[in-house]
Amino acid sequence: MTWIWSNLDLIWDRTFDHLILSVPSIILSFVIALPFGWLAYRYRSSRAVILTTVGLLYAIPSLPLFIVLPFIVGTSIRSPLNLIIALTLYGVALMVRVVADGLGSVDRDVRQSATAVGFSGWSSFWRVELPLAGPVLLAGLRVVAVSTVSLATVGAVIGAQSLGSLFTDGFQRGIEAEIIVGIVATVLLALALDAALVLLGRLLMPWTRRSAIGVTARPAPVIREVAA
Amino acid sequence: MIEFHSVTKRFPDGTIAVDDFSLVVPSHKTTVFVGTSGSGKTTLLRMINRMVDPTSGSIDIDGADIGTLEPVKLRRSIGYVMQNSGLLPHRKVVDNVATVPMLRGMPRKKAREQALALLDTVGLDRSLAERYPSQLSGGQQQRVGVARGLAVNPNILLMDEPFGAVDPIVRAELQQELLRLQRELGKTVVFVTHDIDEAFLLGDQVVILRTGGKVAQVGSPAQILANPIDDFVSTFVGAERGKRSLHVENHGNGNIVVDETGRLAGVLVASQSTAATASGSESRAGPRGPGASVQGGDSR
Repeated sequence: MTWIWSNLDLIWDRTFDHLILSVPSIILSFVIALPFGWLAYRYRSSRAVILTTVGLLYAIPSLPLFIVLPFIVGTSIRSPLNLIIALTLYGVALMVRVVADGLGSVDRDVRQSATAVGFSGWSSFWRVELPLAGPVLLAGLRVVAVSTVSLATVGAVIGAQSLGSLFTDGFQRGIEAEIIVGIVATVLLALALDAALVLLGRLLMPWTRRSAIGVTARPAPVIREVAA
Repeated sequence: MIEFHSVTKRFPDGTIAVDDFSLVVPSHKTTVFVGTSGSGKTTLLRMINRMVDPTSGSIDIDGADIGTLEPVKLRRSIGYVMQNSGLLPHRKVVDNVATVPMLRGMPRKKAREQALALLDTVGLDRSLAERYPSQLSGGQQQRVGVARGLAVNPNILLMDEPFGAVDPIVRAELQQELLRLQRELGKTVVFVTHDIDEAFLLGDQVVILRTGGKVAQVGSPAQILANPIDDFVSTFVGAERGKRSLHVENHGNGNIVVDETGRLAGVLVASQSTAATASGSESRAGPRGPGASVQGGDSR
């Protein structure tokens, strides 16, 4: 405990470093995954190729990637940018499939009706399909957020500062409290980001919150005759 | 006026949905396409707003070939109502109705005001405006669907089995509501259904379709009922089974109307109440002839 009180500043700094690594990676992986996921969803023939390729990204071991990446993109090995790129790649690997599945989960009737009343392809994507894929996207993003926060700790091994540095440092110097703080703070940060995403989802997708008042049971789904 | 000129639609898999179809859909009247699954009725409807383009032939609206019009713009000028309402689940009722006017550039405030007025028109309470579609009953959702279809004040209203997924009582209510609206608004309505009774109730012109989008018979309900052109049509309208041949039997307490199969179709009532019970159908030459009306006994 005394270690914590005397090192609060350090803990805050490492938490901040950790956020600098994870938050941009989470946002970037979402943004980059969007067009690829859309392609996989829109063009059946591209689906297998895209999903397999990005899926393979996840199979790359993280430590070698952190080391090899600087040679490819020319960043310094300890620069946060190096880590952000690597973390983004892993995020994209998870997120592309989620985007494809999320867009595929949008009710066919709703998509057709949007076209029928005069949404263009572009506006239908942004105003109908993307928002309606929201719950699935959010679920995927939560996984990406938690996995990114935990992966970011690995950067400490190559010297990129994060909460992971607390346990590498704690190990080297034999400070048990520092190791525990590093682990607990990482978990707490992951939980905090997850909670933030849930909150954001509620704000952006108010229709998924069903108020108990005035909810009438939806009629049982009727099986539609196909293309009468 | 909508004109189909020798329209054929062949899907990539080789299915012929519509085969050499020609028809004039008169303005300010209701035309009903009726047929079983696979009769191409929905395909025909979707050709009018270019959701589907014909393989050959052309469609004119008021003399202009719609093949030359920009599909998105065309769709924004035509009302569309579908089964299960097709409302956007992530938009409130009022925003669903205001959607298309806003796509056409109407300011949000004005579009929402107009949407509230449209809720009145279709008989919905304004208190529902701020709810999401999933918080409404099936019948209410369908009414919102109609309000959305009317939102740009289109000349043409396309309705694709709009009342197919609601229970019979609500369906009857919605049908009467549509007849009332149509008396007030006089749109060119093209309505698709597989229910012949619905077709006869709503249609000024009824088009009976066979499998593969071939016309079996076109006419007013009375014409079709009085002179079914062939066995297919008489079977389809139920004349074959004696469902449409009604006679009166006196059962002491009242006159019961019975069809040829012996099924009780309803009670014979005096003509004064005709106006009250069947308001809307008295002005049209419906199957339920003048002077008498049959209560109850829906043929479904």
